[in-house]
Amino acid sequence: MTTTTPTPPPGAPSPAPGAPSSSAAAAPDRTVAVITGAPEPHPTTWKTFAAMMAREFRVLGRNAPSTFIRSVIQPLLWVFVFTYVLPKIGAAGSFEAGAARGNGTTFSTILLPGLMASMLLMQGILGTTFPLVMEFSWQRTIEDRALAPVPLGVLAFEKMVAGAIQGFVGALIVVPIVLFVHASGQSPHAHVTNWFLLALILVAASMMTAALGLLLGTLMDPRKMQMLFAVILLPATMLGCVYYPWSALHSIRWLQIAVLFNPMIYISEGLRSVLTPGIGHLATWAILLVLVGGAVLIGYLGTITFRRRVLN
Amino acid sequence: MTDSTVQAPPSKAEAAQETAAAGPDSRPGAAIRTDDLRKTYTTSRGNVDAVRGISLDVAPGEFFGLLGPNGAGKSTTIGMLTTLIVPTGGRAWVSGIDVVANPVGVKRTIGVVPQNNTLDMQLSVTENLEFRGRFFGLSRRDALRRADQLVNAFGLTDRRRAMATDLSGGQARRLMIARALVHRPDVLFLDEPTAGLDPQTRVNLWDTLRALHDEGQTILLTTHYMEEAEALCDRVAVVDHGLVLAAGTIDELKQGAGADTVITVRYDGDAAAVDAATLLDGRPTVGKVETEGDQVRVFTKDPAGILGELVTAGARAGLTVRDAAQLKPSLETVFLTLTGREYRE
Repeated sequence: MTTTTPTPPPGAPSPAPGAPSSSAAAAPDRTVAVITGAPEPHPTTWKTFAAMMAREFRVLGRNAPSTFIRSVIQPLLWVFVFTYVLPKIGAAGSFEAGAARGNGTTFSTILLPGLMASMLLMQGILGTTFPLVMEFSWQRTIEDRALAPVPLGVLAFEKMVAGAIQGFVGALIVVPIVLFVHASGQSPHAHVTNWFLLALILVAASMMTAALGLLLGTLMDPRKMQMLFAVILLPATMLGCVYYPWSALHSIRWLQIAVLFNPMIYISEGLRSVLTPGIGHLATWAILLVLVGGAVLIGYLGTITFRRRVLN
Repeated sequence: MTDSTVQAPPSKAEAAQETAAAGPDSRPGAAIRTDDLRKTYTTSRGNVDAVRGISLDVAPGEFFGLLGPNGAGKSTTIGMLTTLIVPTGGRAWVSGIDVVANPVGVKRTIGVVPQNNTLDMQLSVTENLEFRGRFFGLSRRDALRRADQLVNAFGLTDRRRAMATDLSGGQARRLMIARALVHRPDVLFLDEPTAGLDPQTRVNLWDTLRALHDEGQTILLTTHYMEEAEALCDRVAVVDHGLVLAAGTIDELKQGAGADTVITVRYDGDAAAVDAATLLDGRPTVGKVETEGDQVRVFTKDPAGILGELVTAGARAGLTVRDAAQLKPSLETVFLTLTGREYRE
């Protein structure tokens, strides 16, 4: 299977795989150079996966300014309004009371894990769904990537990892913003006790949001993309324990139970449990169960729907 | 309307079939082989048979054409051979590898140029080639060198830094072919490569494809342009409604289908009055005479004088000729002979 040409074409340079055949490249004799003067490829799943990731980074790097602005503006505005403007005009009292029950916790302490989770969800889902929807619609450019010499599951996984990285970075961008943008006396009280757990929660959460993105990107009708914001991202965020800890919902018992079905709260509560452990949070086992289990289960479902969309 | 001129693939294939007792995967030889390949789509309005049992045999180094009108099942067949469409029946092998059992193995050995523009729009011309090489395991250095080589060979040198979105139709098509060749595929699949291109670009692309073929590249091309198949292909399979109507070299097809000149005369009234069948009964070179509505169609080896006789006979019957055409033996007359229908591009 390695010989492409049954007979050596006249005048062809001896095809020596691996050896630099600069003469073939320099002389654009198309009939000779195109096939025989080429290095012989030896693809492996890992090499292909790495090359696909390299491609994602090339594109991300090119779009870095716009991606960065997209991930900075929202948390920046939130933090600015809620931890600078509102305290300055004396309107944040009710928030603090409601959120932290008046035990001296600043609102930015609540917001730090909440906004990190919110941006993680947003970037993780969008970073996976948007490219997928584009590649599946119109010219179906996904077909080209699907012809790479790896099982389609590897391609789906690669898409997830690329989205997860964006979610991960999106969450980290929030940290300096919350740390530095606030009125005096409103600084967050964050204190990491378990770096390993923090990393685990961030990675698992990133993968879960990317898995959600994969599932949505392969199920959604591209013409109804706006629905993604209205039906999924907005409710998930507003009811995702971003602006209040889950424990504070005890006074609205039905809501406290209802939001347990929102995967978002496990991200915000998970980050809360490692960043601001002073505030009451969901049990760690429940958080890890949902994040890791969700990443695996949703990722599996997403891979199935992905295969179904690619293959006819 | 199919008749006895429909031919099975060459007997070489049958011979190979008999000698290969070890199982299809181990069969050397065929670059592409399909055995009663089928695809039925289940839709809300019932089943649609896109491909209804296609058997092909393409030898290494061959330039093979699937010729047929739009909707004949050509793209579905290519889709199955390139692993992105799952067959619902039959089997297929590319370079001896089963497309269903080992799609990754098949993907390693094929290059595909689909009908739609699947270039990576986020990347430049060179990057499209570079990453294709890296997807197939080339080091970054080798991939860049290979990209360089192909950019030159395909006349894209001054567009190398352009984004894929900024290419013209012809440039995009050339880049797609270059990209399909990065990893030195055993078989190159081209689905309607010149559809939508202007005539000059199309002829240039033909030159490129001929050069590849000369270099030994096995190529399977689908087209609905008769002249494209005639200009490029060693062998052709005429496909319609998901079936192979005939396969062979262009010459074989012309002879197999009767190698007839087709004369069509349309009158301003019912053509039955001409009674063309009786009229031409004495001519041994006339193969078939069809009368349908206002038109008479004659398939013949020797067209001399027939048109004149039909005009005269029409005048005798009080009919005026509105339209007359004489088609020399070509793939178009082959198609007419096989299906009894005009070729619809």
